[in-house]
Amino acid sequence: MSDLQSQDYIRRSATTMIPPDARSWEDQVAKLIDVTRCIGCKACQAACMEWNNLRDPVGEFHGTYDNPLDLDPKTWTVMKFTEYENPDGNLEWLIRKDGCMHCEDPGCLKACPAPGAIVQYANGIVDFISENCIGCGYCVKGCPFDIPRISPVDHKSYKCTLCSDRVAVGLEPACVKACPTGAIMFGSKADMTDWAGERIVELKSRGFENAGLYDPPGVQGTHVMYVLHHADKPGLYADLPENPKISSTVEFWKGLIKPVALVGIAAAAVSGFLHWVIAGPNVVQPEDEQEAEEVLEANGFPEARGRSQRTEHPT
Amino acid sequence: MASLAPTFGRGAMTNTWQDIKNADLVIVMGGNAAEAHPCGFKWVIEAKIENAAKLVVVDPRFTRTASVADYYAPIRPGTDIAFLSGVIRYLLEKDKILHEYVRAYTNAGLIIKEGYAFEDGLFSGYDSEKGQYDKSSWDYELDDQGFAKVDDTWQHPRCVMNLLKTHVARYTPEMVSRICGTPQDKFLHICEMIAETAAPDKAMTSLFALGWTQHSIGSQNIRTMAMVQLLLGNIGVAGGGMNALRGHSNIQGLTDVGLLSNLMPGYMTLAADHEVTFDDYMKTRLYKPLRPGQTSYWSNYRKFFVSFQKSMFGKAATPENNWAYDWLPKLDIPLYDIIKAFEMMNQGQMNGYICQGFNPQQAFPDRGKIRRGLSKLKFLVTMDPLDTETSRFWENFGPQNPADSAEIQTEVFQLPTTCFAEEEGSLVNSARWLQWHWKAAEPPGKAKPDIWIMSGIFHRMRELYRKEGGAFPDPILNLTWDYTNPVEPNPNELAKDMNGRALVELKDESGAVVKKAGELLDGFGQLRDDGTTESGCWIFSGCWTEQGNQMARRDASDPREAGIAPNWAWAWPANRRILYNRASADPAGNPWNPAKPIIQWNGSKWVGVDVPDYGPTVKPSDSVGPFIMNAEGVGRLFARQMMVEGPFPEHYEPLESPAINVLHPKVQSNPAVRVFPDDRADFGTPAEFPYVATTYRLTEHFHFWTKHARINSILQPQEFIEIGEALAKEKGIAQNGWVRVASKRGFIVCKAYVTKRIKPLMVDGKPTHVIGVPLHWGFTGQAKKGYGANTLTPSVGDANTQTPEFKAFLVNVESVSGPLV
Repeated sequence: MSDLQSQDYIRRSATTMIPPDARSWEDQVAKLIDVTRCIGCKACQAACMEWNNLRDPVGEFHGTYDNPLDLDPKTWTVMKFTEYENPDGNLEWLIRKDGCMHCEDPGCLKACPAPGAIVQYANGIVDFISENCIGCGYCVKGCPFDIPRISPVDHKSYKCTLCSDRVAVGLEPACVKACPTGAIMFGSKADMTDWAGERIVELKSRGFENAGLYDPPGVQGTHVMYVLHHADKPGLYADLPENPKISSTVEFWKGLIKPVALVGIAAAAVSGFLHWVIAGPNVVQPEDEQEAEEVLEANGFPEARGRSQRTEHPT
Repeated sequence: MASLAPTFGRGAMTNTWQDIKNADLVIVMGGNAAEAHPCGFKWVIEAKIENAAKLVVVDPRFTRTASVADYYAPIRPGTDIAFLSGVIRYLLEKDKILHEYVRAYTNAGLIIKEGYAFEDGLFSGYDSEKGQYDKSSWDYELDDQGFAKVDDTWQHPRCVMNLLKTHVARYTPEMVSRICGTPQDKFLHICEMIAETAAPDKAMTSLFALGWTQHSIGSQNIRTMAMVQLLLGNIGVAGGGMNALRGHSNIQGLTDVGLLSNLMPGYMTLAADHEVTFDDYMKTRLYKPLRPGQTSYWSNYRKFFVSFQKSMFGKAATPENNWAYDWLPKLDIPLYDIIKAFEMMNQGQMNGYICQGFNPQQAFPDRGKIRRGLSKLKFLVTMDPLDTETSRFWENFGPQNPADSAEIQTEVFQLPTTCFAEEEGSLVNSARWLQWHWKAAEPPGKAKPDIWIMSGIFHRMRELYRKEGGAFPDPILNLTWDYTNPVEPNPNELAKDMNGRALVELKDESGAVVKKAGELLDGFGQLRDDGTTESGCWIFSGCWTEQGNQMARRDASDPREAGIAPNWAWAWPANRRILYNRASADPAGNPWNPAKPIIQWNGSKWVGVDVPDYGPTVKPSDSVGPFIMNAEGVGRLFARQMMVEGPFPEHYEPLESPAINVLHPKVQSNPAVRVFPDDRADFGTPAEFPYVATTYRLTEHFHFWTKHARINSILQPQEFIEIGEALAKEKGIAQNGWVRVASKRGFIVCKAYVTKRIKPLMVDGKPTHVIGVPLHWGFTGQAKKGYGANTLTPSVGDANTQTPEFKAFLVNVESVSGPLV
């Protein structure tokens, strides 16, 4: 998506140097999804499609109200409906708006090898910068919530931006604006946490003893949080992870191993420098050129010879 | 609204959307507010969070509303009267009623004529040959002065309270459960919750919609809850009321301006054939007070009528020609409703049809019959912003519309119109607000406003009458058409016509000038019956005054956070937001709930957050009843002669039902219902069609419009039915598998959603399965092609309104291998 807030980055994928965070004083924001007052009307889905100009093809019925059936490059949020029979034998229809959780410690960003393809702003929003995306899919592996989707058309990764473009100019995300029952709220993370506390007290008074806030510590909290009636069993809500963590592989390669890898890269650079100092720069020899042209010609690139002639230089 | 008017006097939602937040208990029954009214439903959530309200849902399915409810109970479609009569019995037996309210504000103490009776499912006066009642015994016993006799001690055996007790005595919890399939414990739990709102400072609001109206006993469904609300003292108060949630943005406006075959604007009624003279007509519309000193507002009928005629015919309506009474059409039958219209088409008695903003091929019952009817027309004119199934009925779309085009000779004129955002005007919402809206975009292509089209038809017809004479040219030639642009009258001018104006200088009793000639009126209080005022729709008078367009006001301030924003748009009547608000205070004028007063008596006048629905200086000691549109001034537990099938509601089975009426097997269904012989032949039996089906809407779509919109089609792309796990297992139907659902009238082939949200109900000892049929898909638009739920539904309507019985009928279901091609 957009790169409107480059002044506000606090994290940038595959980059050790972080740009100056001119507005790092910004409040941490959060979207609070109160599933206990959500009626599953999908106004949020419609608003998301409209604001971000996303249109999937008209699909099919799949034996559920979930439509489209799952997130995809053109569906960044989807309502997930679960029919749950509670221990008292009563039915509950649990409806959860699924989409990017905007982790404080974003696994996608950690996993991403493309410089600047994934960024985190000072307000906490995790955003994908499409022009830098190489479509490798590491973010999919890095995400503990299974959110990013790679487009088969442009081979770039897509997900909810928390309407970073709207938030940047002081508006709430489109889904928040569209929600008719106030089930989706937006504000500072502190305010949303306080409001969730009030909601939880109210829910407990209605008999939901395990009502609680979903703000999982495994990813150092999220900038999209849920109020759940059954916070002790998040898995009831269409497999919301109980204790999401960044995959150990990503943590291993990008975490512990990263210094080792950096040492390796540094060692290579140093030895290269030494080689240059001692042996002088590598020069492409005429026999190397010749060999390359033969390979290309054998693979059906007849113009290769002319190109090499044009690039010929006196060294 | 043939149930609220007979009970309270006006056919409209009593409170406002915002006021729902004041409720202590919200009951959603006969509707699915979260699904069908998601925006308004915010006020239910507000009530829960800010007012600790409880939400109860009674529905055949566990709905989206049920998903946020505190308590849910299932019910068999078409048995709501049994359930609610059981509630009335519970309230009376446990003495959980607001006594002072019931005594002063309802007809509980009024005495009924000696001839009134109810026996074996029939009220007194039934003529089994005609299938109609002689209703003369369903009325009050009058004294010498013509006033109804009263026994406020409720000792008289024929006072309404005692007749009601006797009537509901049969609806024991056991009987309710036997009929409705609702488990007894759940029924009783809901009774207890409802009973708590009999306290003077507690209120329950009833939110309902087509889940009650679309039954052969639809009007009586609503009346039963209206009676519950009267007994609890929940009418006229904050957070109470009977809140009819409207399904179209302007459907309240449709009835307000009288777009039904038997109505005129402002709920005046069209004359019948036998009312030959104006005097005959007025004789039954005088509405003389039935209690001493009572305000009976309809006694002003003549003022409303004469002002209407002046607005229609201007100078041509004179005292000499009885205000052009003879130029109005007269009815030879009670109603030319849509079921009747399609019957007439099928019989060859109607051969042209102008179909404006209406899609009967998709919206009316027994789709096959609709198609056959349209096929017999000489011409069909459709006026709609969208391509409709009706305008394409003649085209073969495969199994979803198997028309034989070569055999159809109907000439179809498809006129594209503007949609609401491409024109200005007003819409009336559920809460009776007239809200002005402005044009946002130019219409596409050749689309024209309905006003332009109708004006064009009128001018051409008038020209033909002028040239050729004709049998009865007077009403057409004398119609006033005094608009700046006669080809397309401006909505502003039409709105001012509705409001009305003084035709001469008007003076009050003291001789002071109230209005100069030509000035817009301030309200219907200024209307006169001597031809000096005109108003096209008296209840709208006050909407566009000399102070400007009141409907365009946009001040949302709610001074006391009471849910009343008096300067936002304009509400009929007289900008009152809560109807019957005199009843929010006790007989002495003090609010029942001091925390949420609406109006109260301050010693010299009524003051509060709303415009009093009452004489502003009428003293409490005058004992004028709060229901000023009723001649007796009180709410009607006993509806007198206002309903065709009885003054009390009675449980009758749907025309297609899996069960015998255990209360009176000989009177199975509504004895006053109208059924055409060919339709009766198309009713199925439980042997052939053993399952109960009900139709409904989904949040993702608006009726049959939004299947034309890409986003809505993405959100719910394809036709499906909902079926419980038990029945699916029994019938070998897989989740997301293909099924064929058939009624006696036709079949659909679609996907199945096997769900825990529908469970078999034990009805009279037998498990009864319900199948849900969402209704949005047809053969035009962007969504996948569908057959439409109306392929299955029976052609029979409510006995009072002829609203089709879409909510309870019989089908069979079977698994099939795939779609038909």
